[in-house]
Amino acid sequence: MGCLHEARDGPSGRVFPVNQRDNVRRISTTVGKRPASEATEARRRRVVSLAALVVILLVTGVVSVAVGARALSPAEVWHGLFAAPGSDQRLTEITLIVQTVRVPRTVLAIVAGTALGVSGALIQGYTRNPIADTGLLGVNSGASFAVVSASLLFGFANPYQYVWFAFLGAAVAGVVVFGLASLGRGAGSPLTLALAGQGIAVFLAAMTVAVALSDQASLNALRFWNAGSVSGVGFDVIWPVSAFIVVGLALALTTLPAINLLNLGEEMARGLGVNIALSRTVGIVAITLLAGATTAACGPIAFLGLMVAHVARYLTGPDYRWLVPCAGLLGAVVLLACDVMGRVVTRPGELQAGVVVALVGAPFFAALVWRGKFKTV
Amino acid sequence: MNKTAVKQSSAPGLRLGHASFVWRPWMVFVTLLLAAAAFLVFCLSIGRGDFPIGLPQVISTILGRGERVDEFVIMDLRMPRALAGLIVGGALGVSGAITQSIARNPLASPDILGITGGASAVAVFLVTVSGGAAATIVNSVGLSAAALAGGLGTGLLVYFLAWRRGIDGLRLILIGISVSAVTEAITAWLLVTADIRDVARAQAWLVGSLDNRSWDEVWVALWCALALLAVVACVAFHLRPLHFGDEVAAGLGVRYSMVRAVLLLCAVLLAGVAVSAAGPVPFVALVAPQVAMRLTRYPTPPLVASGLLGAVLLIGADLVARTALPITLPVGVVTAAIGGPFLVYLLVRANLRKGR
Repeated sequence: MGCLHEARDGPSGRVFPVNQRDNVRRISTTVGKRPASEATEARRRRVVSLAALVVILLVTGVVSVAVGARALSPAEVWHGLFAAPGSDQRLTEITLIVQTVRVPRTVLAIVAGTALGVSGALIQGYTRNPIADTGLLGVNSGASFAVVSASLLFGFANPYQYVWFAFLGAAVAGVVVFGLASLGRGAGSPLTLALAGQGIAVFLAAMTVAVALSDQASLNALRFWNAGSVSGVGFDVIWPVSAFIVVGLALALTTLPAINLLNLGEEMARGLGVNIALSRTVGIVAITLLAGATTAACGPIAFLGLMVAHVARYLTGPDYRWLVPCAGLLGAVVLLACDVMGRVVTRPGELQAGVVVALVGAPFFAALVWRGKFKTV
Repeated sequence: MNKTAVKQSSAPGLRLGHASFVWRPWMVFVTLLLAAAAFLVFCLSIGRGDFPIGLPQVISTILGRGERVDEFVIMDLRMPRALAGLIVGGALGVSGAITQSIARNPLASPDILGITGGASAVAVFLVTVSGGAAATIVNSVGLSAAALAGGLGTGLLVYFLAWRRGIDGLRLILIGISVSAVTEAITAWLLVTADIRDVARAQAWLVGSLDNRSWDEVWVALWCALALLAVVACVAFHLRPLHFGDEVAAGLGVRYSMVRAVLLLCAVLLAGVAVSAAGPVPFVALVAPQVAMRLTRYPTPPLVASGLLGAVLLIGADLVARTALPITLPVGVVTAAIGGPFLVYLLVRANLRKGR
């Protein structure tokens, strides 16, 4: 276009034709404005994502209370939530279903999903490894080993009996891994931490299988445990587990600015005044609390944390102050939705939430990967 | 990292015609030591058992100068098992080293290539579903072969899903993890719904074992493994430049896309050979390259040393499982119980050295 003008107006001696000068001005104004508008665009995208997730979570929560082996109407759900057991037998039954079955598993799915999402995002942030998962610190293997041991030694067979053993196993494994990785000057460098976690996890998994192969009752406990489910525990377990998770979430939130700086590189972070050892310790404690408490209550739900962290990074960008809350909400939505799906597809039987997360989530995730939606950590 | 790079740049070069190497005495020494260790453990494993045979007799029998009795026990009874251990360990070690090099991620292992997950899901399905079709398949082709087919199918699925104008490290591991998650979920669900006696049999298959190997199976595995290793040996020279990134590799004259594709396919097939010979033995492929790296003080997973270390680990674990333990455990369990802590020990030792 400009070329044409110049060719035509050439003899008149103009250096810049009108059109082109106009173009130059337009370009310079967009250059000046662009960063600002991109930042607003990014912020709008984050806020919209978070708001949409909150709405989806609320809707899924209501659906989760209503759907199951016996489907309930909205009025019945309302009644079941707020009415005291009365004389009407049908209504009493509904109240019982809602208050002792549906509400506990809905609450647990939300709490556990949030914890897994947050800890998945945190561990990817600290290890800077895109395949780091919540089980990386040996937490899942520690819990599994505790479960088969409890079954072997005390004959426990129900989730509410071995929950605290599982939590203890997860905590001990996490502490041992972090302790071993921080010996000497290496001070919990991400790679050492990840590999030490793998080493301990490998060892504990071998012990778990050894016990399970020699004792059939333990094997039986292990196979149900491994599938990962949010049903089967009541509020007597959910409240204490939630307390640990709330502490973990609070610790996690305090470390988010430090993760942003750590991802610039250790030298840079130190130069900007980050206490690296402290922020890593707080982060690892938070991950252990979140993943350990969740694993204790639900069993190992392996893929969720990894998947959710990548999707959250796609939605919000690499800023961990936004990424981690988004991952938490996303985790809650996915786990809750998968639990509902597991109840619907094989009614009146149930598919464990952990199984559904992988069966439904993984192909979806793989499609996003294939389309090149994710960047490395 | 910087310090070692400086040290290595002052290491003498070695030129043989068109090829040139950096002469690393320590790495060569450790690799030879590992080869000797592999041979020693191999002979020890053959010698130990209900009818113990001394080390000198074992070696002379292998060389074809033993007595009739020894020859029967060694060649007919114990050799297939030891050889299977050697093949499985070596194949897993090399496969793991290739995978970690291409993914440029020390947490990657051939498990994420889908082989073990797919094989496990198929095997557990065949064991737990006692229906007509499943029984027919098991009777006609055997459990191992059917599982291998499932594993290779899954491995190739991962390979082609990850292929989009070449293989990209991040896409490969993320796709691989997704596919593995699906197969693991299927396995977990099959185990939950099955009868507990079938579960015990399935679980035993899932950890891998070297029991009851026959010469026929071992010969097939051996030739496949040797052919694949020959291909790897031809291409492996170009693996090192890949660690510097695609641009540098291309600048050095490496057709990186082709090299990566061929090597990765070899890694998938090597893992398949291992699964066919012993079932899905876990963790060897993850641990061996990392341990070999630290023993040889080489900056990337060394192929030869990883293979040898895998073999030492597997045969050694089998030896321990058969002779030293009061209860019989599958080799996969003992391998993990030894390999995991050894990796942690090496990490801690390195950290403490740094602190001094």
